[in-house]
Order: sequence, then structure tokens, then C-alpha cells
Amino acid sequence: MSAHYLDISGVSIEFPTPNGPFKALDNVNLKIAQGEFISLIGHSGCGKSTVLNIVAGLYNATQGGVILQGKEVLQPGPDRAVVFQNHSLFPWLSCYDNVRLAVDKCMKNKSKAERHEWTEHNLELVHMGHAMHKRPAEISGGMKQRVGIARALSMQPKVLLMDEPFGALDALTRAHMQDSLMEIQTELNNTVIMITHDVDEAVLLSDRIVMMTNGPAATIGEILKVDLERPRERLSLADDPTYNHYRADVLKFLHERHAKKDVPDTKKLRAVETEDTPDSAADSNAAA
Amino acid sequence: MLNRSVRFFELTGLVWLIPIANLLAGKNPKQQLTNLATSVGVPMIAFLIFLLMWSVAAQNVKTSLGNLPGPVQTWEQFQGLVVEHNAAREREASFYQRQDERNAKRVAEGKEARAIRPYTGAPTFFDQILTSLYTVFVGFIIASLIAIPVGIVCGLNNTIYAGLNPLIQIFRPVSPLAWLPIVTMVVSALYVSDDPLFAKSFVISAFTVTLCSLWPTLINTTVGVATMDKDLINVCRVLRLNWITKIFKVVIPAALPMIFTGLRLSLGVGWMVLIAAEMLAQNPGLGKFVWDEFQNGSSNSLGRILVAVFVIGIIGFILDRIMLTLQKAVSHDKTQEIR
Repeated sequence: MSAHYLDISGVSIEFPTPNGPFKALDNVNLKIAQGEFISLIGHSGCGKSTVLNIVAGLYNATQGGVILQGKEVLQPGPDRAVVFQNHSLFPWLSCYDNVRLAVDKCMKNKSKAERHEWTEHNLELVHMGHAMHKRPAEISGGMKQRVGIARALSMQPKVLLMDEPFGALDALTRAHMQDSLMEIQTELNNTVIMITHDVDEAVLLSDRIVMMTNGPAATIGEILKVDLERPRERLSLADDPTYNHYRADVLKFLHERHAKKDVPDTKKLRAVETEDTPDSAADSNAAA
Repeated sequence: MLNRSVRFFELTGLVWLIPIANLLAGKNPKQQLTNLATSVGVPMIAFLIFLLMWSVAAQNVKTSLGNLPGPVQTWEQFQGLVVEHNAAREREASFYQRQDERNAKRVAEGKEARAIRPYTGAPTFFDQILTSLYTVFVGFIIASLIAIPVGIVCGLNNTIYAGLNPLIQIFRPVSPLAWLPIVTMVVSALYVSDDPLFAKSFVISAFTVTLCSLWPTLINTTVGVATMDKDLINVCRVLRLNWITKIFKVVIPAALPMIFTGLRLSLGVGWMVLIAAEMLAQNPGLGKFVWDEFQNGSSNSLGRILVAVFVIGIIGFILDRIMLTLQKAVSHDKTQEIR
């Protein structure tokens, strides 16, 4: 049973558009074991978020389906908690109340004191105990995302779904958050599906990296198993040849075999260099 | 203490008091005086220029009721209205006192006391202000009770919005003067009772206010709900919140700033509409006061109407400030500047 804890089988999805249906995903198959940490990586627009939303139940697949612990996923629910990219905390509630709302919903049969304790426990877990009575507007982006994670964890989900959780954070904060996430993962051993753009993040955190081809009709291109011992240590891994090998594998997949067609060529790139270059373009530069 | 009063002034929109508070606390006096000059000095000078122009212009306009009153005559009329009000209050008090004395005498003679008859003097200017405020609030509250729920439904459901939108767009620009005859006939036909709880004129005025102040709240609530962050809705779906929790804990708080923008506009519209409605429906408020003075045609009339104009304006301004304060108090985004 544990081999098929979460089973994504034959998932395709079409969105209606004025020019006829648009096939975003085609035949996505993925089997995930309990406690596994999966990263979904691919160029923007390749349907990573769509896969996540289908697992969450926010979208329904046109073909195929998702089975979690033997039950088909048909609608969203707290057993598949989502951490959204832009934190999505309710701005009118304090951090504590944001988490408490989820706790109240998921632990209806527990006493008030237990729910209070569980809320505080989850905020402590993400190191937000000191600011739990502040409103989201009063704390930094990284702290907001911590509260978002605390809210998701407090639901005790069977699968934790993270949609580019650290995408909007600066590099230092992101590194810090990744360390926190690894720490929590060691403690709770959650099953996690995380979307990321960041190759280092994917290699550092994941048990397996699922690389997606470009859309339309995107599907899984390759799955890379990351055999690095845990706990992983960011600094010592930087010089680790295996780590760098995995990193190179992912980069090659993204920028050689499935390079995005609309990435500007070298000439164009030079012309736009002074402006904000898109992430993928910058990465392809580094890879070349 | 200083910080708290500054926060209070900011919240209530009395920002021009902040330099005075700072000055009293002895904080950087030179800067405070400059601030005071711009926040109080400039409007004062502008107002004085306005008074000057008004009095010069008024002297040159001759009407059948004499010269158009200037600021001084208007102020005299205001004082006259205060005197009249106090006199009416005294008459009322002595009217009840006489009845009480008579009854006391009857009781002393062993007879049964007579029931106290109510005072029936004409309402004074200040009574009429209160009537107007009461009417506008009744109309406004009914409008809000209809507009907010309908707006929420429209914001959440595109089909219902598509169905109601043409109706909203058609009825929104209709003038209160067009509604009034219809409202009058409908109320007269339906609101029949021997001992009515409310006067017919009051019902007509309040209902006209409702019809006209419905739309800003309705439209703003719809937009506020429809434009709320879709991820927040997704959070609700993941949490499987039932619709009551979803509406009260998520949708309304998220749309509250827009709802209050609508309420503020609605109250403004309602107050404007009320004067016209009262004129025609003869509801004993400020509108009727203006109409009666116009019909009266004494040499005081124009001055009194000008007093009413200023009172209407100032009350409208205060109502808007109150709504602004409420809006700031409930808004979760304290950094947002609301004007």
C-alpha cells in the first residue's frame, strides 16, 4: 500500500478557450510513497501548478484521476493542505487567528484548550511564536510564508502541497526557509509535493525531482532520484560531486533538451540585458 | 498621550488638530506653526475670500423679496431661528406645567386627573433637522440591508450578476423626483391603516431615499467581492468552510473597504435626495422648511433658506466624516490612504 500512497494516473486536462479546448496536461503519471518529498520543476507555463491544483482538488482532470490512500480526489479538502505562493493569509486576522481558523475547522471534536495549544505548537514549529498576534501586514514576506506553512501543517494533511512557496522571497530568506522546512520535514516526515523554479532548492530538498516538458500538452519528461543522505547540509553539499552531478542533470534537462522556445537568442539577450531578464533566460545563460 | 490623541485625530479626519496637539506638547514648535498655517490658515483665508465675494455679490442682486441676503443677514436669521426654537421650548414646557398644575388642583379637590394632552406647536428649525436625520438614516439603513446582501450575491455569482446588471444600470441614474410620484401613489395605496405607526410623508421620503441610495453600495459591494484575491477563496475551498463561515469570515472582511466606500457614497446621495423628497412629500424636515419659507415669501425667507443651505451642507460633511472614520476603523489595511 505504501508504494501507492498517492497515485496520479493518466491525468490530462483541457481548458475551454475561445479558440477551442486547450490541452494543458497530457497523460501525467506519478506514484508517490508516504513520507516522500517530491519537487516539480519545469519552465513557467508548463502546467506544474495545474498538476498541484488537480491533486488539491481545485481543478478536476478531464481524463484520469488522483487517488490518495485508496480514495479518489474529487474536491479540495484539508487532508491536502496547500501553501500558496503569495502566502494567502487573511489580512484582517492575526497570525494566530489565521492558523486557528484552520485548526477550528479540522479539529472540531477537540476542546478549546487543545485547539489553542495545537495552534501555538504549529506556530512555534515554524519559529513564529514570538509574533503570533501580529497581523500579516506587520511582518516580513518570509514570516508570512512561515505562517502559511504553519496553517497548512496544522491541518495535519496527508499530502502537503506547496506552490512555489519561496518564489517571492529574497535568496537569503529563501535559504533560511529551506533549512526550516528540512528541519520540520525530519520531525514530521510529511508527504510533500513542491513546485519550484530553483534547481538548488529542488536538489537540496527532494527525494525525487519530477521534471516536466514544456506545454501545451505538458507531461512528465524525466524523474530524477536524489540519493543524498539526510540530514543534508547546504554548505558541505556545495562541494559534493554527487550534488553537483544532480544539479547538472536538472539543468541539462531544462536548458538543453527542453529549452523554452521563446527564450531570446544571444543577440536579443544582449539588447535586453540592462532590463530585467526573465529567470529562465538568466539560468540558461549560467548553464551555457 | 500625545501619540494617542494624534492617532485619534488621524482616524477622525481632524488632521488639522494634530499640529495644535504637537504644539501643546512642545514638539518642534516652528514646524508645527508652519503645518498649522497650511492646514488651518489657508482654508480660513479661502473662506474669508468667499464671504467677501458673497456679500459683494449679494448687494447687487435684487429680488422681489429684497436684496439677496449676505453673510451678516444670514447669520442674523440663524440667531433668529435659535431664539424661536428656545421660545417654542419654553412654550412647550409651560404648556405641560399648566396641565400638571391643573391636574394637581383637581386631585386636591378629590376629582380624577385629566389625561395630559400633547403639545402641538409647529416644529422649529432644529426639530426639522432631527426629523431629516431620522428619515435619512431609516432610508439609508433599509437601502444598506438590501444592497449589501444583493451585492455579495452578485459578486460571488456571475450568472446572477449578469441577470441583475442591466436592471441596476437602468435604475441607478433615475432622479428621485421621478420616483417620488410613483412612491407616493404606491405608499398611499398599500400603506393604509387607521392608526399608522409612521406618517405617510415620512414613509414616502424614507422610501425614496432608499431607492436612490441603494445603488452605490450595491455596485461597490459587487466589485469588492468580485475582485477579492482568488487564492483566499481557494483557501476557503481547501478548508471546506461552509458558506456562512465563508461569507462572514472571509468574503465580508475582504470586501469591507469597498462596502464602506459604497456606504459613504450612498449616505451622501441619500442626504441630497432627502431634501427634494421632503419638499414634495411634505415630510416635516429640512426640505419642508425650505419649501415653506419659499412659499412664505417674507423678507426673512431668503436668509432662512440660506441658513438651511449651510446647515444641509455642514451636516452632509459631518455625515461623510463619520462614515470615513468608520471606514478607517474597520479597514484592515491601515497603511492605505483614504480620503
